Amino acid sequence: MRVMLIDDSKTMRNIQKSILGQLGYTDIEEACDGQDALSKVGAFAPDLILVDWNMPNMDGLTFVKTYRQQDNTTPMIMVTTEAEKSRVIEAIKAGVNNYVVKPFTPDLLGQRIDETMSKCATAK
Amino acid sequence: MDASYITPFVSSIQNVFTTMLQLSVEIGEPRIKSGGKATHDVSGVIGMSGDVTGSIVLSFPSDTAEAVVSLFCGESLSSDTADFADAIGELVNMVSGGAKAEFSGKKVSISCPSVVVGSNHHISQQKDVPCVVIPCVTNCGQFSIEVAIQGLPTEETTQAESARSGA
Repeated sequence: MRVMLIDDSKTMRNIQKSILGQLGYTDIEEACDGQDALSKVGAFAPDLILVDWNMPNMDGLTFVKTYRQQDNTTPMIMVTTEAEKSRVIEAIKAGVNNYVVKPFTPDLLGQRIDETMSKCATAK
Repeated sequence: MDASYITPFVSSIQNVFTTMLQLSVEIGEPRIKSGGKATHDVSGVIGMSGDVTGSIVLSFPSDTAEAVVSLFCGESLSSDTADFADAIGELVNMVSGGAKAEFSGKKVSISCPSVVVGSNHHISQQKDVPCVVIPCVTNCGQFSIEVAIQGLPTEETTQAESARSGA
């Protein structure tokens, strides 16, 4: 499974990459903001995207909306410090399939990934 | 001192350190920052705007910062690297984000973090903005979080307002 990681923090990308590696996912592309992600996502064609919200150049919410407007149905999980219910609703309306609030444990991220992929497979 | 603006930071720092670093944090007695300038070696600074305006500073001595970053990143990083600063920035980002979520009914935005690395620096907050210092102790060493919020009610201002209103 190909996974794209979008986060302006290299620390967070490394942590997520390590967790994904433990789950057996090693085909990973990284992007440092929404703009960078848009330039890479077409060629990489991920099966799953993990996206942060607050990033310079293009934030995660804008990336999600732009990506969905291009008729892309790839499952997306927002991984962010934004924890308010209103933000979660906003992200779901924009098109994310699941939501993880930082800080998170490896188990929680793993569960949300499994949940997301399972739901999306059922929906097809 | 009004705890409603301070408790979220206490909860958040414990949550972040326990979850991401498996490090428990013992919280000391919060106090108003006054007088002498505390010095630090590594500081992560983040601004808040909207219904709650101010700044948050997470400050460490060098050895504590290096130990904390090592736990966070799973590798030792020299304090003069961009990756080290990124890790400190992400820590203050998560602490602030977690606290922000507990300001119920308030719309608050947080800035991108800035990180200052340099022995014996001090961080000055806005003049006339009350600043609360929360000392923290871990197995990696001590550090502090400074919360400066405009209009932060203290016991003195609350009592003064009560006296004026005749309550």
